[in-house]
Parts: sequence; structure tokens; C-alpha cells
Amino acid sequence: MMGGSSTKKNMFSRLVPLLTSLARRGLAGWFIAIGLIMVIAIVVMTMLAPWISPHDPSAIEMGPPLSPPSSQFPFGTNKLGQDMLSRVISGGGIMIQVALLSVVICMAGGVPIGLLSSYTGGILDRILCLIMDSIYAFPGLVLAIAIALMLGRGVVNMALSIAVVYVPSYFRVIRSQVLSIKEMAYVEAANAIGAKGHTIVSRYILPNVIPSIIVVATVNFADAILTAAGLTFIGLGVSVDIPDWGYDLTVGRTLLTTRVWWVIAFPGIMVVLLALGFTLMGEGLSELWNPRLEQ
Amino acid sequence: MTSDEILRVEHLKKYFPVEKGFLERLLTSSRRFVKAVDDVSFSINKGEVFSLVGESGCGKSTTGRLVVRLIEPTSGQVFFDRQNITKIRKGAFREYRRKLQIIFQDPYASLNPRMKVGQAVGHPLQIHHLEKGDEERKKVLEILQRVGLTPPEQFINLYPHQLSGGQRQRIAMARSIILNPEFIVADEPVSMIDVSLRTTIIDLMLELRKEFDLTYLFITHDLAIAKYISHRIAIMYLGKIVEMGDKNEIFSNPMHPYTQALMSSIPVPNPERKRKAIELRGEVSSAIDIPKGCRFNPRCPYADKKCKAAEPELIPVKPNHLVSCYQTKA
Amino acid sequence: MIEQTNAESHLLTVNGLTVEYWTRRGKIRAVENASFTLDRRETLGVVGESGSGKSTLGLSLIKLVPNPGRIITGDISLEGQNIRRMKDEEMRDVRGRRISYVFQDPMTSLNPVEKIKDHFVELIQTHEPKVSKTQALERANQLFRDVGIQEERINDYPHQLSGGMRQRVMIALALALNPSVVIADEPTTALDVIVQAKILDLLNSLKNRYGMALILITHDLSIVLQRSDKIIVMYAGRIVEYASSVNLYSSTQHPYSQGLLKSIPNIELADQKLEAIEGSPPDLLNPPKGCRFWPRCSFAMPECRTEEPPLFETKKNHLVRCYLYKDETNDQ
Repeated sequence: MMGGSSTKKNMFSRLVPLLTSLARRGLAGWFIAIGLIMVIAIVVMTMLAPWISPHDPSAIEMGPPLSPPSSQFPFGTNKLGQDMLSRVISGGGIMIQVALLSVVICMAGGVPIGLLSSYTGGILDRILCLIMDSIYAFPGLVLAIAIALMLGRGVVNMALSIAVVYVPSYFRVIRSQVLSIKEMAYVEAANAIGAKGHTIVSRYILPNVIPSIIVVATVNFADAILTAAGLTFIGLGVSVDIPDWGYDLTVGRTLLTTRVWWVIAFPGIMVVLLALGFTLMGEGLSELWNPRLEQ
Repeated sequence: MTSDEILRVEHLKKYFPVEKGFLERLLTSSRRFVKAVDDVSFSINKGEVFSLVGESGCGKSTTGRLVVRLIEPTSGQVFFDRQNITKIRKGAFREYRRKLQIIFQDPYASLNPRMKVGQAVGHPLQIHHLEKGDEERKKVLEILQRVGLTPPEQFINLYPHQLSGGQRQRIAMARSIILNPEFIVADEPVSMIDVSLRTTIIDLMLELRKEFDLTYLFITHDLAIAKYISHRIAIMYLGKIVEMGDKNEIFSNPMHPYTQALMSSIPVPNPERKRKAIELRGEVSSAIDIPKGCRFNPRCPYADKKCKAAEPELIPVKPNHLVSCYQTKA
Repeated sequence: MIEQTNAESHLLTVNGLTVEYWTRRGKIRAVENASFTLDRRETLGVVGESGSGKSTLGLSLIKLVPNPGRIITGDISLEGQNIRRMKDEEMRDVRGRRISYVFQDPMTSLNPVEKIKDHFVELIQTHEPKVSKTQALERANQLFRDVGIQEERINDYPHQLSGGMRQRVMIALALALNPSVVIADEPTTALDVIVQAKILDLLNSLKNRYGMALILITHDLSIVLQRSDKIIVMYAGRIVEYASSVNLYSSTQHPYSQGLLKSIPNIELADQKLEAIEGSPPDLLNPPKGCRFWPRCSFAMPECRTEEPPLFETKKNHLVRCYLYKDETNDQ
């Protein structure tokens, strides 16, 4: 986990040259740089929460309940008198974990299936396409809710339900790439030198598909965060012991009618910022790797 | 089969089915085919450069791919070193990939953009479990040196996009010869390379032929290059060979009307030679609706009733000169 | 040292044309200081390999150099009129009507959802609004006869025509408004040799019949030697030799031109020994100092590496950019 300041300095020393080289790549580079900074800032903030949050986020009756933002409590307090600023600083953990887990599960499942299906073709491909298209046709949140209902609460279950919804996206992107790469002369050449199917897929096709996978992954992250918030919103999230943005969003929603806006606003902004960070990276990467018209 | 023969192709055919629209599929039962290669036979002797010449769409590239079994024939056989390689199962055929290689036309598409030069050239060795590690690296450097990429150490860690078309084509060649093949199909290897660089690549191919004892099937649309490089040539039209034989014989004495028209149309770098190209009517028919009789008859200035009725055979008019035409004087 | 040209005496005069591409990685001088003239019924061949700047030169004549290209300096005079300084409005009138361009790839240059006849009607009526549809179609039919396509094909869509026919349609469109200059950019690369010869013969006869000037841009030296009256050889954005085709062939002066000629197989020669040009074309972002060709030149002298040679006139109307000829200038 986070060590002392030396590890931090180490990371920064590698980060700065990366950012400067990105900034030099034009608008796309800026998108990636800004997105990266946003994501890293939020993740680091969450990881350093025990040290930097002004109060214990779970401690109740720190101040008068439902008091608006003030100099003592910049983000106000909630119904239990908990400091919202501390809750916002500490509340990203669950959401980030769920998003990360769902992306990992999704890639681990979607990428091999996509590769296998499009390379082999035939009936297998037809059937998988049908399945994937059906899943894709469903509105994501609705499907995630349905699966979450079946699986129950918990970080892993939430991650799974989001993952299932997203697998078709990977499948489609990979499939269209693989189909066009299969026709390229270098794949023919690989055949001509005697490479077997699995070698061709792993060394000739996959490396050329990876840029697209990464772009989909960033959008996947953004979407996962929003879906996780949505699931928590309607009560399918995790238990209430740890500070969690999703929980605060749910609670904050009901409080809105009583003019108490700060309980939902600040966690909400964090969720949006995190999702935005990933989206910017995705856009930037996509533009960088598949630039529009440059010749 | 003479002892000199290294490759023999017999009655090779490749028909591609034409996709039918929904309504067409309902209303018609017949299938239509693109007859890309329609009964092609020839043989190549060890050490020869045999050129397959023709315009785009004549089936020469498809023939090349059939010979190395990148695609499977609809019918016909290919014999390599007296073995019938058409019948061998895919898995067992892998052995032959060491001996039968192919170089592609587009140097920008035939190299994996994500593989470094050293990896790409060394990969064949790994696949066939030959050299590994240091031995592999040594062989790669040796071959890169041989194809003129010096100093080789500078090239092994580069990616294709960092190299020019000519350099990429050399790498493709290095990849093909590292396995010490016997036979190479070269599919238009210089048509996408700058004119001033073509000679270097062609000369390289000729040197490699001597050094590695190679035989080439050279596919091109450029008769001038074919004349420069080959021993024997075959002219293809709409999936069939119309004339074939010793290069000098054919160039000094072209008999098929198509060959004659081709030769008269090729520009000569000399302003004083105002050649009058032989006019041909119309354009090449589609390979789906091949004309009845001799497939060249709609455009042929000499076509008569016989030509429209039945396809002529490819027969020798001299020991080293075959033509398929009713109008030539035998 | 370049012949002083009186702009009014030639159909097309280009003087000191320089075109750059301002890319993210730096400025590329695609064409530098190009000057030439063209008269009616003349064919000018512009020959060069990839990166020579020949296509950019052609496009700059109708001011259609794609972004990020810009014309930096130079004069382009058509029939005495300076077209380089024209505004967009005026230039649109010139394009197609006074100078027309036949693009390289007929497959992507025609609108796939428009019938051929609509291409003609649109073109003619845009430039000559008073012409009725019937009159436009009549003109189109005449052009079809000129280029050798059956009249019925005018009702087809582009994909229904073969490559050779599409190229002929492009030529017909280029002639529809009776331009003074036709620029054909690699008009034959996508076609087979037999159709190629037909198309080039066609361009020639139409040029003579209608009194136009033709610019043939190609990488094929054989084509320009056989079919042009004069030739510009381009290398890395520079004109390295400018002469009549007869002179270029009988006394090829620039080492690059010589190398090029020696590297093309000539089908009429027996036992030809081809010679290659060492090295490869320069990176235009980082061109060599001095003469752009010196790294590949077997005659390179010390002065070649420091400063670029100007064009020397060795005979009447034979210019070559090479220090080998600096003492041979033809003083007029």
C-alpha cells in the first residue's frame, strides 16, 4: 500500500516526463494528460484518505446534523452529523474497486471470446454474435440491475453484473478489428511461414488489437463507475458500514426534497469527475491511435 | 516428370462462389462463380525463373497462392519435388512451408506492424524449432546482412513503420529465405516500389537465387521486367495460360493475338520509337461470365466461327513454345 | 539563369513556385522554385518518384493542395492572367473550365450515388448556368463519342463501369468545358497496359483536336519519353532537369535522370544490363544540405554538399540543376 513520501516521489518523477511528452502530442495528448491527472488525483486521494481526511468519516455527531457547508465543515454534514468532506475523501474506495474488478473480469472474458470467435468463424461465430447482440441490445443499467438482483449484494457481485453488460462491447470491437486484420498480408505471411493458429492470434492479431481494447477499457471504467453508482442508488450496493459515495447519493436523493443539496452534490461531483477522467483518456487515446485524416 | 522438375501444376482450378442477393437466392437455383483460375498447367525446373505474366484479374496472383497452398484449389494438383502436395493434410503440410515460400506485393502490409524486424525475421526459425536465442539472433543478423540491410544490428530493433518500402521488402525476403527454401513465389515484388529502387531488389533476388540455389515463380504484370529476369514465361488471360515458353522465343516471336497486343502496348523509353499499339476491341470480360469458345474472341482481331465455338488447347508449336489459338500457323 | 519568360507569350507560365506542407512534425518543402512554360497543343511530362513533389505541383496549379499544404511563393499565369492571386470565387470558375484535372483514381473520384449523366449536367450547369439540361446532355454525348464510350452508358452508375471506362468518363468530364489546360495525374496507374495505351492515345488526339495543352504527371519515364514534347524531371521537390523529350533522351544530363533511364527495362533491347541508383529518396523533413541528390550521386563533388546548384542552361531550352554543367551555360 501507500508507503512514505519516497514512493510518492518515485511515482511523480516518472509521471512528469510522461505528462510533458503527452502535452506535446497536441489536443489528444492534452486529453490523456488531463484525464490521467484527474484519475490519479482521485485514486491517490482515496488511498491517502486515512491520513488526509480532517475527521473520521464514520464518526457520528461530529457537528449539528444536516448543516450546510461552513468553514468548519466545508461540505456540510449529513443526517447523522457526519462530516461530508471526510466522507467524500474516503468514499471512493468501493466504487473504484467495483469498477476495476468489473473491467478486469470483462477483459478476461470478453477478449478471448472475441478473438476466438472472430478468428475461427463458422457456426461458433454466428452463435456468439447472436448472444452478444442480444445482450448489447438491452439497456445496460436495466440488465445490470436484473443480474445484481439475482446475485445479491457485494463488491464482487456488483462487478460481475457490470462485467456481463459490457462484454459485448469488447466482443464487437475486437471482432471488427480481427476480421479486417485477418485479411492483411502479414497474416497471410504468417501462414506462409508455417505459424499455427494460436501463434497467429497471439503474436500477429492480438498485438494489433490491443489499442482498441485499451480504448474500450477506459470507456468501460467510466461506465462501470456510473453503473455502480446507479446500482447503489436503488439499493443494490454494498453494506453501509464504510463511507461510500454510492450510499451518500442514495441518501442524498431523498434529502433533496428538503433543500438539503450538499449530501448528494459533492459525492455526485466526484463520481462525475472520475468517470470524466476515464472518458477523456479514452477519447485522447482513440484520437492518438486512430487519428482522423492526417496525410 | 523429368528429374529437373521441381514444381508441376496440373489442371489447376479455383472458382470463387459469387454471393447472391436474397431475391436471387430465392428465384434462381444456379450458382455463379468467379473462375479466377480455370485449368492451368505448367512445370518449372530447378533453378529457373519462371514468370507468370498478365493483367490484373487474370488469375496470376491466385495461381501463386494456390501453389503455396495459402488457398485450396477447387480442383487440380500441385506436385512439388514429385510429391503431390494438394492431397496432404494441413498439419502435415507445415513441413513443406520450409521449402515453399512466398513474397508479397505490398511491403507496407506484409510485415506485422507490432513486430520488430528481428522478431519478424527470426520467427520462422522459432516456428520450425530450429535455432533459438543467441543462435537465432546470429542467423537473423547474417540474413539481414545478406539482403543488404547493413549494419544489421541497427535494424533488428526497428519497427516496420520506421523503414522505407524498399527496406521492408528486403525484410520480407529475409524472412522468406531464413529457412533456406527451395522455391519462392514472388507476387509482384517490385510493383509498389519506386522505379529507381526496383533494380536493386530484382538484382538482389537474382543473387540470392545463385547463392541459395532457388527457383522462382515470378508473378508480374510488367512484361519488361519479365523479359529482364526470366528464363521462361507464361502469359495468362482470364484464368488460362494463352502462351508459354522460352523467354527469348516468345519475345521475338509472339503468336497469340493477346500477347502481340500486350507487347505492342508497352511504352518504350525512347521518344523516337512511335509505336503503334495493336488496338483491341472492348475490355477484359468479367471472370464470372466467360465468353463461349476462346475466351479472348470478343476482343480478338482475327476471331472467326471456330474461335467462338470451342476453346483452343495449349499446344506446342515449337518444342519451347506453346500457344492456345486456332489462328496461329503451326 | 532561367530563361526570362514573357507571361503573355505562353499559355501557362509558372515561375518560382514553392509549396510547403506545415505538418505537426515540421515543414516539408514539397515543391521548391519550380518554373516552366506550356503552350497550346504541347504535352508536358512531369516525371518523378514518390516524394518528388509532382502531384503537389499539379494540384497547386489549380490551387487544390490539400491541408496542411500552402503555396508560399511563385506566380502562375494562365493566358496572361495571374491565377495565383485569385480569390476562391474566381478560382472556382477556373477549375474545370479553364484548367481541368484528371485525378489518379477514377474509382473514388466519381460520386457513387449519381448517374454519369448527372455528373455532366451538374458540372456544365455549375459553370454555365444558362445551358439547359438537354444541351448539357448533348454535349456529354458528343464527349462520349470522343472518348469512345457507348452513349447508353451515360445512364449508368459509376460502379457499373469498368476501370478503363471510368477513367474515360473522367477525361470526358475534364474536357466538358473546353479547358485550355488538362492536367492528368497518373492517368494510367490503375489500368492494364492495353487500356493504358488507348487512354494515352485518346488524350493526345483530343489535345490536338481541341487545341489544348496537356500535363502528364507520372512516375513512368517511358510514358513521358514517348508521349510528351517536353519533360520536367523532379527529385525531392526540385526540378532537376527540364528539356524536350528528344533532348532528354539523347543527352540525359542530370545524374538522377541518367540513373532513372538506366534502371528501366526496355522491352526492345536484348540482354539489357540494368543499373540501380544507390540509396533511397531523402526524408523531406530532414533533407541533405546542398544538392538533394548528392548522397546517391556517383559524381558528387565538394560543392554539391554545401550549396544547392541552380539551374544551368546547357543548350537552348535544356536546363539541368547540377554543378557538372556550371561551365557550359548557353549564353543567349
